[in-house]
Amino acid sequence: MVAVDVHSTPVLEMRGISKRFGGVQALDRVDFDLQAGEVHIVVGENGAGKSTLMKILAGAHRADAGQILLDGRSVHIELPSDALRLGIATVYQEFALAPALTVAENIFLAHEPLRVRPGIIDYRTMNARAAELLERLNCAVLPTAVVSTLGTAQMQLVEIAKALAFRSRILILDEPTAALSEGEIEHLFNVIRQLRAEGVSIVYISHRLEEFAHIGDRITVLRNGRKVETLSMTEATIGRLVRSMAGRDVKELFPKQPATIGGPVLRVQGLTVGKRLLDVSFDLRAGEILGVAGLVGSGRTTLCRALFGLESIDRGRVWLDGRDVTGLRPTRAIEAGLGFVPEDRKGQGLALNLTLRHNVALPSLPRISGRFGVHRAAERALVHEQVRRMKIAAASIEQRTSELSGGNQQKVVLAKWFAANSRVMILDEPARGVDVGSKAEIFRIISESAAEGRAVLMVSSYLPEILGMADRVLVLYRGRLVGDLPAEGLTQERIIHLASVGSDVEASVA
Amino acid sequence: MSEPFPTLTATGAAEQRFWRVLKVVLPYAGLAVLIGILSALRYETFLTVDNFTIVIKRSSYVIITAVGMTMVIVSGGIDLSVGSLFAFSGVVAALAVQAGVPVPVAIGVGIATGASCGLLSGLLITLLRLPPFIATLGMMWAVRGLGEAITHGGQTQVVHAPAWKWPYSDLTTVQLGNLVVPIPVPVVLMVVIVLVFSYIMRRTRLGRYTYAIGSNVEAARLSGVRIFRHQVILYTICGALAGLSGMILAAKLSGGAPTEGVGEELTVIAAVVIGGGSFSGGVGTVGGCVIGALLMSFLANGCNLLGIPQEWQKVIAGAIVVLAVAFDQWTNRRTR
Repeated sequence: MVAVDVHSTPVLEMRGISKRFGGVQALDRVDFDLQAGEVHIVVGENGAGKSTLMKILAGAHRADAGQILLDGRSVHIELPSDALRLGIATVYQEFALAPALTVAENIFLAHEPLRVRPGIIDYRTMNARAAELLERLNCAVLPTAVVSTLGTAQMQLVEIAKALAFRSRILILDEPTAALSEGEIEHLFNVIRQLRAEGVSIVYISHRLEEFAHIGDRITVLRNGRKVETLSMTEATIGRLVRSMAGRDVKELFPKQPATIGGPVLRVQGLTVGKRLLDVSFDLRAGEILGVAGLVGSGRTTLCRALFGLESIDRGRVWLDGRDVTGLRPTRAIEAGLGFVPEDRKGQGLALNLTLRHNVALPSLPRISGRFGVHRAAERALVHEQVRRMKIAAASIEQRTSELSGGNQQKVVLAKWFAANSRVMILDEPARGVDVGSKAEIFRIISESAAEGRAVLMVSSYLPEILGMADRVLVLYRGRLVGDLPAEGLTQERIIHLASVGSDVEASVA
Repeated sequence: MSEPFPTLTATGAAEQRFWRVLKVVLPYAGLAVLIGILSALRYETFLTVDNFTIVIKRSSYVIITAVGMTMVIVSGGIDLSVGSLFAFSGVVAALAVQAGVPVPVAIGVGIATGASCGLLSGLLITLLRLPPFIATLGMMWAVRGLGEAITHGGQTQVVHAPAWKWPYSDLTTVQLGNLVVPIPVPVVLMVVIVLVFSYIMRRTRLGRYTYAIGSNVEAARLSGVRIFRHQVILYTICGALAGLSGMILAAKLSGGAPTEGVGEELTVIAAVVIGGGSFSGGVGTVGGCVIGALLMSFLANGCNLLGIPQEWQKVIAGAIVVLAVAFDQWTNRRTR
């Protein structure tokens, strides 16, 4: 057991770390230290420098200036192998596992215990050692299981086991909870607590302010490549962290505007998609923001995709302004006035190596094209209007979207549908993986669009977003609609209860 | 930029812009340097109207096909069947001429042959969900075999159609000072095709959708692009342009040969790649592939004039393809 003592020599100290990418100062003289057996949380908006700082520590980037000390001794980390040798292991957000290999093969990849020198793997030893590591993580996965058959949470534990296989003293976790469900997060936290008790020091990078209190010892806030402050957990209130990260007060994270709610625009009746969506009926009215809550796998994304013609519908009907639009493929759905912001921005939302202009105009091209192709002036006007409205920060409309920050990329995806004049917006996690400042901006835009009379269906797994934005809330539970409730007076607890039990508090008591 | 932007993130863009511009300019610069060197070394034989006319005329069919290949590669696909299509469309058209069909109609038949094969490739890729490499590999062999089958098992080396010279002759000549510059028909065709498709790729929906599909097929689908229909159109266009190239080659020979164009699909693909096209899709231009094809042609021409033997020309061509892509990868890392 190692108690955290802030006054002892830190295990790790980074002093005056600076890094430039081209003309961008990603890190500017950042200091950071880590005590033995400490969980040190690093927060900051996208582009604040969290990942860069950790990549320097992991040997993925080289610092331009600054010093790294381990146990008070200066070390040089120039390659990922240097970091591993020094006992620093990283679990990145995107896993680096070979899906076709087994758990044990992955854990010991390139460090397999060998039977004889020239490369015959000692599988028995390897599997036994993998089993030990997995047990230490309380992970019920066989060492011989093929990685592609595992769930996300299990893969993450395999990654952690891989890090521990190097007897690492320092473990860097980059957004470890991003893809986990509530129960899986709890398990991960237990693992982290146990590792901490064993003396492993952990750097924990995250966006989710609300989970820090459960897990952290100290918090360091980065902003624009500089360290703002390092706080103890008692000092770190959500308000202070938000202020510190944004460099300003984000008074209204959810700037909901009053909107006149009109008649139904979208009517959904008995919508059924296999076993993933069962007999779902609701109305969506003009000017209304309809929040959709539910656990992972409850059918939220299926609902969105079914409305946009991306799922084959077994039963049920969808009407848009009285017109039957059931199962229309995306091209026709867009013509009918639907717009869809998918949850996976990089995988489905954007063509990353194309320009901002190209992306924003894509769904609108039929409208702004003539016999001799796309009207360029009309296109530029359209895109500029959206850039202004969304306050998209870009060098020009000819900038490639891969160069934009996450928040600005998400604004580009939203801008596509404003440009296309969609009357019904289907938004699946519109603010996921976006920094606090952009989040507020995105919610302002969504709120404005409702105030203009658009109808908005917004899926979110973050309840404060739903309660802050929605006029009405749908709750899904295993594909069924178990709640269609006005947002006013609705509590987070009631939604959680509905979403995880499938019935209301009163009903379950009875 | 006349329009205001709320925030300018121009910092550091200068270096990135340098690499990006260099990347676009390099094939052009490479071609210019090559021509410069050859002009200096072999002024008398290289820098002549005749030599340039021959080089460009010979490469025109490669360029025409490379235009179609560019569209396919930009969309994230590949078409390995174009070399076989040269032969098959030529043989079909020549047989039509022998059967008494007028030459212009036969040319139409040849182009339609290429287009239908491309259409079939497109349908295989979209309806059977075959990877483009596999679908067009199958098409490459099948079409080569068909060409041989309808020429007595390949026994007939050339299906003669002597009436058919026009597509490889000079359309007219132009007087430039005291130089008489011939304007061959294939070059005119090539220039028209290049201009039309360059416009299509940059200014029309067809072009925009092609880049969008190649860059992110899911995002394109969710933006309302009909992916399958569009892919079928692209392979059909590529097949039609290969068919047109087959007509030019058949005219050069005054007949269709079932052995025409073996391995030429790789020359065409190399032209696209040297011109900046990327196999991962979303990147590449019609202008680039023209430069790529000319670079290869002038290189071969220069090697001949310098007396470098055929075998070494192949080594040099291989090295150039590898270097072009290596440079591309290198600048990609710089501009990230």
